[in-house]
Amino acid sequence: MVTDAAILEAVGEVADPEVPVLTIADLGVLRGVRHDGDEVVVTITPTYSGCPAMDLIRHEVELTLQALQVGGRVETVLSPAWTTDWMSDAGKAKLTEYGIAPPTGRHAVDGPVMLALTVRCPLCGSPDTTELSRFGSTSCKSLWRCNSCREPFDHFKAI
Amino acid sequence: MNDLLEYTLRLGDDALIAAQRTGEWIAAAPQLEEDVALGNVALDQLGQARSLLQYAGSLDGRTEDELAYFRDEREFRNLQLCELPTGDFAHAMARLLYFATYQHLLYDELRSSADETLAGVAGKAVKEVAYHVDHATQWVLRLGDGTDESHRRMQAALEALWPYTAEMFASDDVVRRLSVAVDPSTLEEEWTRRVTAVIDESTCERPTSSYQHSGGRSGRHTEHMGFLLAELQHVARSHPGATW
Repeated sequence: MVTDAAILEAVGEVADPEVPVLTIADLGVLRGVRHDGDEVVVTITPTYSGCPAMDLIRHEVELTLQALQVGGRVETVLSPAWTTDWMSDAGKAKLTEYGIAPPTGRHAVDGPVMLALTVRCPLCGSPDTTELSRFGSTSCKSLWRCNSCREPFDHFKAI
Repeated sequence: MNDLLEYTLRLGDDALIAAQRTGEWIAAAPQLEEDVALGNVALDQLGQARSLLQYAGSLDGRTEDELAYFRDEREFRNLQLCELPTGDFAHAMARLLYFATYQHLLYDELRSSADETLAGVAGKAVKEVAYHVDHATQWVLRLGDGTDESHRRMQAALEALWPYTAEMFASDDVVRRLSVAVDPSTLEEEWTRRVTAVIDESTCERPTSSYQHSGGRSGRHTEHMGFLLAELQHVARSHPGATW
């Protein structure tokens, strides 16, 4: 008998295909494990409605369940809506290490993020940075440039 | 057709057709960052469309793909605003300002719907659409308050699309009967306040046209819709059942 905690730990190791240093546990995409009769149900939630990584994440979670010899399925839930507040501190540290500035502060409750919180350059650490575009290489990121080292970088935007 | 299915198709078709048009900008926008931005906007819209069409399909035994690819023009329930041709970049930003502001107000209300699925989709989408509103606002201000040429084009775009805005707020028996729906007529006042605030700040004039088109909600579309659907649907219809 595999415990829920062991299942959570194992499937929590599935990596995000677009930001492979992060696991779905770091991201908060993994929401939980419950039981439906004899079946184990792992629930996940997308970062954005159109997130194209969800199919692969679902498939890898299913493979992990098979490896554990646990009969189960994966369910996608939309509510409560994912927020960057769920990202673990370990995940934020890994993002910086990888060259992506982690989300800053808390998400804005009403409307877009208008607060001009400083985003530190993940490469040189300078707080002197400029937003180039609010949309970046994936839905969850915006594009920035460091005014000190002049390198462009991605920022995981708070939602 | 039951009211919940009809209502969900309206929201889903708006998002699907908007995504198709927005996606036309990828690799055609004025700068690389804008290709990326509009690609992301289209992806958000497509994600919302998928969630909504999956739900609509679950109500009458069809898949999201059957709804997207195998319905004909008269079965689509989207606003005519969403299907109009791309036009120039000012048109794209005028449409995004009008449509995203509407979607933002709508989803914000729908979050507290007693229908858990609609509330869940809305709770997610409202955060995404807030970025769309912001993006459109910044461009309308920049183009409207820019050069003579950009001002002229922004003004023309705001005016050209204005006659397609009243359709967003048209109330009918479906939304009045359906307690889990948001009656869109309740959104008009706040929408007008927000949109005219942006237009005023952009130094453009508020459009004055009083003529307003209608018909999308009952499946009557502009002559552009058939061409859009041909592009959207032809692969799925040429190779029915294909997977990749």
